[in-house]
Amino acid sequence: MRKYLKFFLVGIFFGIVLVKSEAVSWYRIFEMFKFQSFHMYGIIGASVVTGTILLLLSNQLKLKNIQGNYLKAPLKERGLISYIIGGVIFGLGWALCGACPGPMYILVGTGAFTITIVIAAALLGTFVYGVLKNKLPH
Amino acid sequence: MEYVLKPWPWYISGPCIAIVMFLLLYFGRTFGMSSNLKTICAIGGAGKKVEFFKFDWKSQTWNLVVVLGAIIGGFIAHNYLSNPINIDLSQNTIEDLKTLGFENIGQSLLPLELFSWNAVFSLKGLLILVIGGFLVGFGTRYASGCTSGHAITGLSSLQLPSLIAVIGFFIGGLIMVHFIYPILF
Repeated sequence: MRKYLKFFLVGIFFGIVLVKSEAVSWYRIFEMFKFQSFHMYGIIGASVVTGTILLLLSNQLKLKNIQGNYLKAPLKERGLISYIIGGVIFGLGWALCGACPGPMYILVGTGAFTITIVIAAALLGTFVYGVLKNKLPH
Repeated sequence: MEYVLKPWPWYISGPCIAIVMFLLLYFGRTFGMSSNLKTICAIGGAGKKVEFFKFDWKSQTWNLVVVLGAIIGGFIAHNYLSNPINIDLSQNTIEDLKTLGFENIGQSLLPLELFSWNAVFSLKGLLILVIGGFLVGFGTRYASGCTSGHAITGLSSLQLPSLIAVIGFFIGGLIMVHFIYPILF
């Protein structure tokens, strides 16, 4: 159990940050896709800038993770079709229900229990992708 | 405490999310929330029928623990770390939502028009949530990641596939909000 404690604490911090930033709000996602506020762009932008600096520094300092390997983000496979088509499909859904996977879980904690319908549908979507994977262009 | 209770500005929240990503990489894992959907499918037995779900899901337990923490974090933030105030949306957004027929705009995290039990028990309301969720679940696996994996981790590590995926996210989102919403509402 103890080896999971750090993941639990990171999760709590993540949940608090996303609620306090209002990134879990459907309204903020709508506003973002309408380009009517800097808020969400600021969150994502500041996160990416900070993340880039942290990863570049880790690389420079040859920082190792707790397993003793060099700290770096996993490499994505090269490709184009799956990223663009999958991305567009994801974006359509993100804007329709106003929640991406992280916020879906977090919203349950805020007492918005109807979000479980969205989670169930997302599980179904994931399952259907798994079934169709070999038939889809990648 | 006053600053904690107020909504957090982007320049605090953004770096905090980067720290979450960094900590998970430091722990030898990665920041990817949608992977949990695949893991839950595998736990449900999807691996018996579909190759894609045939993997040792127990190796992903750590990520489910992150989710459990996130749910509790959501509970703590909502119940103990927030003053009940309206979301400070732009005036244009409020006007646009009024035009689409929304009321009580920004008075809760989610609009009652879509997420109240009344809305869910109407066919249209149910379909919006089910189709939205389905597209998120399908699209995120097709694109091999969601906002956490691509927009935060992938862009922070300067990876082209993630940039392509994020451009896709925005094309989809813009089509939905600008062309499909006016038909739906």
